[in-house]
Amino acid sequence: MIEPDMGLVEPFVRMLDDAAGPTSVRAIEAGGTWQPLWQAIVNSGYLDALVSEDGGGAGLTLGQIAPLIEALGAHALPLPVADTMVARALLARAGIAAPAGPIVLAASLAQPVTGALLADHALVDTGTALVLSPLVALNPEPTGVHGSSAAQLSGTPHGPVMDRPAGGLRATAAACRAALIAGAVARLTTMTTGYANDRVQFGKPIGRQQAVQHLLAVMAQDMIACRLAARLGAAWGMPVPPLCAASAKITTSIAAARVANSAHAVHGAIGISADFDLQLLTRRLHEWRLADGSEGYWSAVLGQARLGQALLGSDSTTIEWVRSQIFRDM
Amino acid sequence: MLAIAPGRDEEPPPVFDTLMLAPLPERDEALRTVVRDLLTRHVCAMPADQRARSWQGFDAGFSRALGRAGLLGLTLPTAYGGQNRGPFARFVVVEELLGAGAPVAAHWIADRQSAPLILRYGTEAQRLAYIPRICRGEALFCIGMSEPGSGSDLASVRSRADRTATGWQVNGHKIWTTNALHSDFMIALVRTSGTAADRHAGLSQIIIDLRTPGVTIRPIVDLTGDAHFSEVFFDNVALDHDALIGGEGQGWQQVAAELAFERSGPERIYSSVVLLDAWVRHLRAVGRQDCVALVGRLTAELAILRAMSIACTARLAAGDSPVVEASIVKDRGTGFEQELPLVIGDDLAAHPDEPVDAELYRTLLYVTHIAPSFSLRGGTREILRGIIARGMGLR
Repeated sequence: MIEPDMGLVEPFVRMLDDAAGPTSVRAIEAGGTWQPLWQAIVNSGYLDALVSEDGGGAGLTLGQIAPLIEALGAHALPLPVADTMVARALLARAGIAAPAGPIVLAASLAQPVTGALLADHALVDTGTALVLSPLVALNPEPTGVHGSSAAQLSGTPHGPVMDRPAGGLRATAAACRAALIAGAVARLTTMTTGYANDRVQFGKPIGRQQAVQHLLAVMAQDMIACRLAARLGAAWGMPVPPLCAASAKITTSIAAARVANSAHAVHGAIGISADFDLQLLTRRLHEWRLADGSEGYWSAVLGQARLGQALLGSDSTTIEWVRSQIFRDM
Repeated sequence: MLAIAPGRDEEPPPVFDTLMLAPLPERDEALRTVVRDLLTRHVCAMPADQRARSWQGFDAGFSRALGRAGLLGLTLPTAYGGQNRGPFARFVVVEELLGAGAPVAAHWIADRQSAPLILRYGTEAQRLAYIPRICRGEALFCIGMSEPGSGSDLASVRSRADRTATGWQVNGHKIWTTNALHSDFMIALVRTSGTAADRHAGLSQIIIDLRTPGVTIRPIVDLTGDAHFSEVFFDNVALDHDALIGGEGQGWQQVAAELAFERSGPERIYSSVVLLDAWVRHLRAVGRQDCVALVGRLTAELAILRAMSIACTARLAAGDSPVVEASIVKDRGTGFEQELPLVIGDDLAAHPDEPVDAELYRTLLYVTHIAPSFSLRGGTREILRGIIARGMGLR
């Protein structure tokens, strides 16, 4: 297991605070140009964080940069920055030169790919190989969902081909979504706590109401569960072991819906309005929950592995199994 | 345009940053082998519905065997008979014991709460008198907190200890005291000055030898037919001066620190795990795969709770008293423990033509019936959520 490198985070967050504030996020969602923000991210040098030092990158692991992906989530960034970091590392390992622009991870073309409207390329898992295809070759169709950068892709990817990692692209993509969710959930918990302390009704802050306090206490639990689940999912690097991705994505996807609901419940009508920042995060949470397998998909993967191994004759207890398969005897 | 994180909310409250993924030290992992040897001899042959009792399973012989194997007092100094290992070692041993459903009730409270309390607040004479015996599994403790009029509102306790020429005289009435009937000693929260209206002030903790004249213990049978808790009456019980533990009037602060020991650790996530394992064995035996998603979701939840519990253990190892963090783990953990019997019951009964063996059925219903207690003992869910909310800066 590799511990996250927290020293990396502060300059990255500062860069995001400067370049990717809510004004900039809104402008991109409204169809404005994303190139200046992308350039700021390129200039920060973080895009090659996962590329080996020999390959000109920082040689970091997914476990070490999990807090960076959480920061992207906390800023509700629509650009596929985490996807691009992963793709550039995979391309470098395969000896393929990475294109300059954003790359989305497409574990499948069957459903909309999150971030695809803001990408130049897609790294597509065809089931037998990974193909780096120009986005235009995949006929990106907007989903019609307000503010969403997801697109339905179709056709046959054309471009440089590389070996498909064991388990394909989905587990690694799901681990990224889990970290994005963890970041957004943390920001929502902070925002909602602050709002509950400020908003006065019945002559006192609504945060003094026991029912509201209990809702927020559960949000805090989800926040911590998401953070640890995401870190556990990323702890063994790429390609992410599918059962580690599973526990991360199950936990964060369940929490994503619950936390979005609670945040809106506490904020009341203002949380629904476009001018208020809450919806930037809650819409993203729902999109990331559905991306690269929901809790239902990954629960089936994890359950099948658990019962399947039992059928093979291993009589391990749940604790033993979790220790060996998810904590990998950490 | 409204800012995404206005003003003072920019920095999350510190409580949120303390729970981080932590590995278990290899040296402590090695303790699993020692525990498993004992489990094979004492526990594995027990039926699942007995193992599901774990916390309530009383076996003084097993507790003494743990003491002989050096598995009690893991966090305590060797000078007092402990192992000087720390919270991670304790996590590993407790995880093995609860995972197997070992009967741990006899030594549980003494090892987890009483000995650390005596170590922290006791005099040297008190440490030497009690801790070595606890580490051998020979001094069994219970905790006298609740009273008929004092449940969650602990500050309203009315039992009193009054100073006499020779020490203390105790009068009052404790209730819902776990294992009082089988214990040697009680550490009781009593009023040593003022009245219930003084709330947190004037409370103290005293150690009562339960064989002292004037102590009457009456077992209370619970809804499963067990009698793990009791009513305890004190009628002019005369104690020496050294019955007081810690500072006079410091009882409230001491109890808060003690409850952090009780609320953290793997004991708050594994109460139903024997049932989960019995159900998985059943699914394997009948070869049924229609519930893989449920198995997967529950497995993931257990994994993340384990990560949270280890993260909390790491705070204890760092010397913190993680009161809010422990409440977070306990609230989520007991929610999981309570969900298990409900969804497993639904799954089994959703297949009414599939035979279920009697042992699994008894285990299911035992856990179903006792599950409400999971979020009562050691602080109710509602109290814990209040503690968490205060930790978040809500008032």
